[in-house]
Amino acid sequence: MDLTKEQLLVTYRKMRMIRSFEEKLSELVTAGKLGGFLHLYAGQEAVAAGVCGRLDERDYVSTTHRGHGHCIAKGVRAKGMMAELFGRSTGVCKGKGGSMHIADLEAGMLGANGIVGAGIPLATGAALTCKVKNTGGVAVAFFGDGASNQGQFHEALNMAANWKLPAVYVVENNGWGEFTPTEFVVPVKDIAVRADSYAMRSDIADGNDFFDVYEKAGLAVEAARAGEGPTLLECKTYRYYGHYVGDPLAYRSKAEAEKWKTERDPLDAFESRVVGDAMLEAEELRRIDGEVTAELDAAVEAAENDPLPDPASLYEDVYAQE
Amino acid sequence: MAREITVAAAINEALRIALEMDPDVVLMGEDVAGGGTREAEGTDEAGGIMGTTRGLVTQFGNERVLDTPISEMGMLGTAVGAALTGLRPIVELMFIDFLGVCLDPLLNQASKLRYMFGGKARVPLTVRTVTGAGMQSAAQHSQSLYWITAGIPGLKTVIPSNAYDAKGLLLASIRSDDPVVFCEPKGVLFDSCDVPEGDYIVPLGKAAVSREGSDITLVGMGATVKMALAAAEALAADGTSAEVIDLRSLAPLDEQTVLTSLEKTGRLVVVDEATPRCGIASDIARLCVTKGFDFLDAPVGCVTAPHTPVPFSAILEQAYMPSPDKIVAAVRELS
Repeated sequence: MDLTKEQLLVTYRKMRMIRSFEEKLSELVTAGKLGGFLHLYAGQEAVAAGVCGRLDERDYVSTTHRGHGHCIAKGVRAKGMMAELFGRSTGVCKGKGGSMHIADLEAGMLGANGIVGAGIPLATGAALTCKVKNTGGVAVAFFGDGASNQGQFHEALNMAANWKLPAVYVVENNGWGEFTPTEFVVPVKDIAVRADSYAMRSDIADGNDFFDVYEKAGLAVEAARAGEGPTLLECKTYRYYGHYVGDPLAYRSKAEAEKWKTERDPLDAFESRVVGDAMLEAEELRRIDGEVTAELDAAVEAAENDPLPDPASLYEDVYAQE
Repeated sequence: MAREITVAAAINEALRIALEMDPDVVLMGEDVAGGGTREAEGTDEAGGIMGTTRGLVTQFGNERVLDTPISEMGMLGTAVGAALTGLRPIVELMFIDFLGVCLDPLLNQASKLRYMFGGKARVPLTVRTVTGAGMQSAAQHSQSLYWITAGIPGLKTVIPSNAYDAKGLLLASIRSDDPVVFCEPKGVLFDSCDVPEGDYIVPLGKAAVSREGSDITLVGMGATVKMALAAAEALAADGTSAEVIDLRSLAPLDEQTVLTSLEKTGRLVVVDEATPRCGIASDIARLCVTKGFDFLDAPVGCVTAPHTPVPFSAILEQAYMPSPDKIVAAVRELS
């Protein structure tokens, strides 16, 4: 594995930030401090961190309604995200987007998306831009098992394969599409096989193992940069929270979730690997835990005290000023 | 130098200029290259369903003139993503009826990204699409669904009535940093008028006074402008002086030009190829009663298609469409 100590520390910080960010949001909702629909990414951190670990400033990602993790992994700052979720004018989208539309184009983050599957063609278009402008960039679409049943998925993959676009399609199969088990609505065992219809390369990674995702994402990104066209990378993983915050989770057994959390946790797995192999020391990780907690507490405090949007801004940014 | 060319040729010319002037412009759609770049096989390119893109793939190549699969949703969504990241795509949606399979990229993506992202995104996308009846293409290839896109905040919708405006409005649409739906009405696609050879724009959001008059205002858009002009001619023979307004842009709507004319004439008939409910005609009627009530000397007249699908048989299709006779009858009803 070609990871330096610095990269491992950065990776752990991202995964911890994602986990703590989502836990903090869950607390804030319970305390009645946040409104709107929130879909938490906890449990899937290794996918966002593993794939984004292969990307740089030339590259783009699009994501889903469950998009906070991809934002953090692509470099969007927690402070601006938290202010956005509090609906403040200092939010990364000036309080106009919220959780389901959080975006930061400067970080190459093309937005969370409230429409299942809609981020897939957006990333495909970004890949077309990279190709036409010859930037060397790659575009990654993150989406769930549910989105792989959408027409947008099939239409975009067909086009991207046909045009050999520098794209990577990352399907995070967490076993649940909203409240429905994936096996109820997807007739294939591995979503990766859907790539065969488009003569597209595919791969399957353990989505709870950062190192497996990082390795396979590396192959996909490298192929895309080399002009060999797109890859469909399926990452098998698990969603810790319900579909949204407040979901009573009546449809899912507690035992199933507990098993994933205790036996397959991506942060635990990362730690035991890096500490076990003496790549990092546990104290270094605890120090990061403390820094992340402090950063998040500061982000919440700032967001709570930041100004609300001016009501007149309701009318702004519908059209360009021309 | 100006010469007489058709609306279709004017569109082709605008596309060529846009592709020549800006390397970020790409053209995508079903059959837009249409088998082009295979001349060695003795074949020729189709250039789209109406031939409006002929010659472009030969000049600009397959990298910038892209034939897409018959996947309207994937193609439009991809174009939105390309626009968001620095290209300036022009998409040909063969007929506006096909919005039925690809509304999301316009409704929930292109129109909303700038706003949802706090003004930090731009989506310079142009969607060209054929609208309207008159070619016996029946219920799924003849609708005038621009009322759908005109009703979506964040989108602009324009519809030219002549070749001069078609070229200038299309160049303005392509250069706009907002997503624009550019309608190509069948009823005027092969009508000709004088068009300058060079580069020029017709600004979005500005209506035109196509004929001045003093007794009644006829408001048209796209193919109904020509019908309104013919009606105005017939009315002139009776001693009624009709002013004809060409909306050109449905969103944003140039309310002032309509209201100024209404203030002068006191009467107004709006003529729209679309069905009567929830559309541009009812929008104009609303404008008249909310902002022009004091100018009105008579109820607002609406000449539209009926609330039915578009029929196939030519005689039924003629009965469906607005016409100069129907406009004259509507005017007489008001006086």
